[in-house]
Amino acid sequence: MQYIKNIKQSFKLKNNINYFVLIALLAVLIIADQFGLLGRSLTGLIIKMGYSAILAVSLNLVVGFLGELSLGHAGFMCAGAYIGCFFANYMYGVIDNKILVLVLAMIVGGLVATVLGFIVGLPALRLKGDYLAIVTLAFGEIIRNIFNNTSSETFGGAMGMSTKKFEGTTLFIITLITLTIVLFLCQSLIRSKHGRAITAIRDNEIAAKSMGINVTYYKLFVFALAACFAGVAGVLYGHSLSTVRQDAFTYNYSIEILVMVVLGGIGSMRGSIISASLIVYINALLQNNLSGDMAEIKQAVYAIILIIVVIFNNAPALKKVKDKLSVSNPAKKNKNPETIHDDEVDWRRVPTKIPMDEVLTANLPNNDEAESDTAEKGDK
Amino acid sequence: MSTIISVLINGLSLGAIYALIALGYTMVYGIAKMLNFAHGDIIMVGSYTIFITVMNLNIGGPVLTLVAAILFSVIVCTVFGVTIEKIAYKPLRGASPLAVLITAIGVSYFLQGSSQLLFGARALPITMPNLGNIDIGAAKVSVGTVVTLVVGIILMVALTVFIKNTRTGKAMVAVSEDKGAAQLMGINVNKIIMITFAIGSALAAFAALFYLFGIPAVNPTLGSMPGIKAFAAAVIGGIGSIPGAMLGGILMGLIESICKSIPALSSYTLAIEFGILILILLIRPIGLLGKKRRVKV
Repeated sequence: MQYIKNIKQSFKLKNNINYFVLIALLAVLIIADQFGLLGRSLTGLIIKMGYSAILAVSLNLVVGFLGELSLGHAGFMCAGAYIGCFFANYMYGVIDNKILVLVLAMIVGGLVATVLGFIVGLPALRLKGDYLAIVTLAFGEIIRNIFNNTSSETFGGAMGMSTKKFEGTTLFIITLITLTIVLFLCQSLIRSKHGRAITAIRDNEIAAKSMGINVTYYKLFVFALAACFAGVAGVLYGHSLSTVRQDAFTYNYSIEILVMVVLGGIGSMRGSIISASLIVYINALLQNNLSGDMAEIKQAVYAIILIIVVIFNNAPALKKVKDKLSVSNPAKKNKNPETIHDDEVDWRRVPTKIPMDEVLTANLPNNDEAESDTAEKGDK
Repeated sequence: MSTIISVLINGLSLGAIYALIALGYTMVYGIAKMLNFAHGDIIMVGSYTIFITVMNLNIGGPVLTLVAAILFSVIVCTVFGVTIEKIAYKPLRGASPLAVLITAIGVSYFLQGSSQLLFGARALPITMPNLGNIDIGAAKVSVGTVVTLVVGIILMVALTVFIKNTRTGKAMVAVSEDKGAAQLMGINVNKIIMITFAIGSALAAFAALFYLFGIPAVNPTLGSMPGIKAFAAAVIGGIGSIPGAMLGGILMGLIESICKSIPALSSYTLAIEFGILILILLIRPIGLLGKKRRVKV
């Protein structure tokens, strides 16, 4: 009861706007679907946006909050897609309900990816930065390479494994519901004390360790959780197509997910979802509207947009220009910068100056006195 | 016996290619503290330059053609490397490493996309000048492989001598040790970074030529696999360390050559290479020859 009371007290519209937007969007889409307004290509696009957003949000946990660079996210997705869809192929003969099978497959795919994420998390305990990046990349490629060498009876090898394409429009509803659940889990985690511990590790691992935070536990936990969500996204991906092929999951795809996270703003869940949808949409737009020779411009145009956005956002020389143009400039918005906002980014701006003089002159109970006190009590 | 010799020589020569690419990664990492993901695509640019030269140039003899090709390729790659550094990386000096990494990825996409636009996505076969075969012991090895190995070693020795003995080389070491202090000593850091990119790209041009000896076809994504393997090689050797990159590259080439010669393992080559990378890093998290950095609180 106390827990519900706490939720009621701390409930703020601002903190939960993501869910409301997602649920409203889902409702609108379901109604539009009932009237037959959504074409096949549009639902396909929504599904792609949905699982890309799941991937981006889960990678954001690792990159944005744990502060470790991971380039193997597509590998977890690959494992989830293969194992989950393999399981689903088998289960369709046993259970009639398609949705139930899909949900079960997502659980299985997620669990397998979790185990792999745990394994990748182990070197993360010893390695840092670029060393970890290459190890995650290597893990992703190893997973892909192993699936490439399977026989045609099991996972199809180089030709890919055929899956039962999820007919009808229900898949986009399931995808969006899954996205909402994933978002809820990630945001709740980040806003909990565990989330604070994770960000503390990101900001300074040694300081976090000395404050008694179990670094090993949290690192493994975040890697496993992110991998789990990637596996779930993989199962959704597998069901949106009729074959799963390992060459869709090269490290280039991992990098594309990383690009989504970085463009959306590292450490911003909302940004990840928006940028994932936007990138998927731009890609689809470029692919559909540019025909023939023009289709090859797509990658170059996309690359130029990417470079310009990153340079504009990060170049030290452009910082003043950016602050002037920015709508969400904290200096403009917050009249009182001392106010602490319960937002995933804002709380990083809390002033951290420690009143050293006060700390040093504080009256601590003298150790000898305390000892003699207990001794006296013992005498009595 | 003859197969063992040929596997070893092929492995060493492949290793020399990886080492040349890895040197570009490791030098840029050591001096500019960034992962230059576009380095693999410089190899692609070099291969297309070689493709154009070899297919259009008709000057007597295969050797002369190759010399012309490598000359053009080195010039084009160096210009590309320096230009990319000026346009894409220089504005981000001082920004977060992740932002620079993403820009590098953007540059890589851009190079792949533009070459796709210019030459099409399909692989174009290239008829490399035939240099014939040579007998070493009982094994028959192509001259291209031997040339790769010899020139590769010469380049690596030359680079080591350059870094140890010249003013510029010493300045490079100084910048990689401490950028701020080097600047205070009057070293033009921007110029040193530019030179580093130029040297790395020129080495990539050589790697492109040697790579085409083995697989004579060019396509827009040609550079990404050797690039990523060379990056792994640089990490095995300890990223930032020049002898480390050479050692890691040669190790990587030998592993690949040995795995490919065993039928049961040949399709798992990639998994084995990356598996060994992970194992080495787990045992020695700083790479084989990497310098240990103490973390101060």
